[in-house]
Amino acid sequence: MTTSASAVQRKTFWHRVKQQKVLILMTIPFLVHVIIFRYVPIWGWLMAFQNYWPGKSILQQTWVGFENFRLLFNDPVFYQVLRNTLAMSVIKLVMGTVASIVLALMLNEVRIMWFKKSVQTISYLPHFISWVVAANLVRDALSTDGGIINEVLMSLRIIKEPIMFLGIPTLFWWIIGISHVWKEVGWGAIIYLAAIAAIDPTLYESAMIDGAGRLKQIWYITLPSIRPTISVLLIMNLGWVLSAGFEQQYLLQNGRVIDYARVFTIYELDYGIKMMRYSFATAVGIFRSVVSLILVFSANQLAKRWGQERLV
Amino acid sequence: MIRVGRKTWEDIVIDVVIYLSLIFLVVVTLYPFLNTLAVSFNDAMDSSRGGITLWPRKFTLYNYQTLLTRSQIYHATLVSAARTILSTCLGTFCTAMVAYIISRKEFVFRRLVSFIYVLTMYIDGGLVPTYFLMRSLGLVNSFWVYVVPGLVSAFNLIVIRTYIAGLSDSYVESARIDGAGEFTIFLRIILPLCKPVLATIALFIAVDNWNAWFDTFLYNSANAQLSTLQYELMKVLQSANTMSGSLLQALSRAAAGTTNTVTPRAIRATMTIIVSVPIVVVYPFLQRYFVHGLTLGGIKE
Repeated sequence: MTTSASAVQRKTFWHRVKQQKVLILMTIPFLVHVIIFRYVPIWGWLMAFQNYWPGKSILQQTWVGFENFRLLFNDPVFYQVLRNTLAMSVIKLVMGTVASIVLALMLNEVRIMWFKKSVQTISYLPHFISWVVAANLVRDALSTDGGIINEVLMSLRIIKEPIMFLGIPTLFWWIIGISHVWKEVGWGAIIYLAAIAAIDPTLYESAMIDGAGRLKQIWYITLPSIRPTISVLLIMNLGWVLSAGFEQQYLLQNGRVIDYARVFTIYELDYGIKMMRYSFATAVGIFRSVVSLILVFSANQLAKRWGQERLV
Repeated sequence: MIRVGRKTWEDIVIDVVIYLSLIFLVVVTLYPFLNTLAVSFNDAMDSSRGGITLWPRKFTLYNYQTLLTRSQIYHATLVSAARTILSTCLGTFCTAMVAYIISRKEFVFRRLVSFIYVLTMYIDGGLVPTYFLMRSLGLVNSFWVYVVPGLVSAFNLIVIRTYIAGLSDSYVESARIDGAGEFTIFLRIILPLCKPVLATIALFIAVDNWNAWFDTFLYNSANAQLSTLQYELMKVLQSANTMSGSLLQALSRAAAGTTNTVTPRAIRATMTIIVSVPIVVVYPFLQRYFVHGLTLGGIKE
């Protein structure tokens, strides 16, 4: 670009700024708001490189370099947390995706409209209740005195004594997965139903002329047609594997299963804030945030390479 | 899918499997709510004998009386309602305004402002820095921590922006020719045109606020006056096994000496119902807006 051209551009830029001063004035309060509440805390990341002690300002603290990260990566609990987070994320992602697709396929086959509508309405409902309420319901359903799951299993003579499901460490991940499906399956199906509705009906007509039954139509037409939607959603969710959710684990955990329930935010709370190790907790937060950011952007690149719509 | 002619065996088997599975889903979804409802209306001592399914065996309103006469619960309900209403009104208005600004194609800082918001979806400062920020802003032990920090969310912003982008430019153009200022255009033209999407966003914000407990836990747990309903329920849930929660203890003590008694299970059930009733009641009427909003935001989440 020649100098005169950029000069013209600069001139039009200032001209436009002047012309749009009302819009700019309208933006300023919101920019101040978002910078204070979302970007100033990132300035607090400096704490991770200090031995933070309350009472002094952030610039008067002792600097310790990467000491907190060294502690973090040498902490066996950190690897436990990483394992739990990844495991629960993957379980939730796989179970949630499969269940939502299956539900969408089933709803699409239903011809009785009032039945379809009612099932849909009921299936979205749990999405809108809080995890506090949902955790209460899960706890009651699994309880040893009169919980429905134990009652049913006992009346079917599958078990003799009630089982304390929430006290078995190895079951915790699966309880998280299943309760996630219970709460989100209906909501998750909406997007697949929309994708199915967009499929060209002539595809089914020609398949039927070729003698394909309903199962074959689902397998050879419906599923391949919604594959782009499935892959975009999967890739997008891959970016979030380090945030396996926190409320669900926090509300359903107890002392017996904590080694399998501890995810990053619980780790930050219990090993950082409650022990007044503020710098350590900040280091944990940075690790989570930076790795998530890398994952989200790689997922985005992956989606782009696969020719899907960019997510960011 | 179009179907002609007679049903084959395959069709019949598929239909039976599908209808049975969907009925199973409905039962599994509704049963926990109905069971909790039954327990909340059943005599607490009677409930502990077990066997309550869908209908109370020994009907009583005592559980509700005990809970609703506690000023703690009453006050928490007010706080929850206040934060929900305020956040919904302010949040929807502010998000719409930013969305309008960044939807204006000629706006010079359009990309910059959009980027600043979108990035907030992917990074956060973490618990400790955010807590210290709130404290230095005087938002710890303050009602405003429920409203101010989350005023504009990036996701909602994108949903509204996508909607505005789908509107015709001619509305804004003709208003400008008539000499309307930016603020007037936003208030008089954009806001009314965006009613459907704003209804959706308002509902998202309202549900999020009603359901929130973690902010109370982090910032306002020292001040009982600022407790929210979800946080009270969360405390009851956490202490249910140990009976150590102050509310539980207080309630058991209050009940001792009378013929009636409440148990932790009954308290949890009753509170669960009180907390979810607003959502369950409002939800069927607003369902279409929720779904509408999800398809609007689409995959561009």
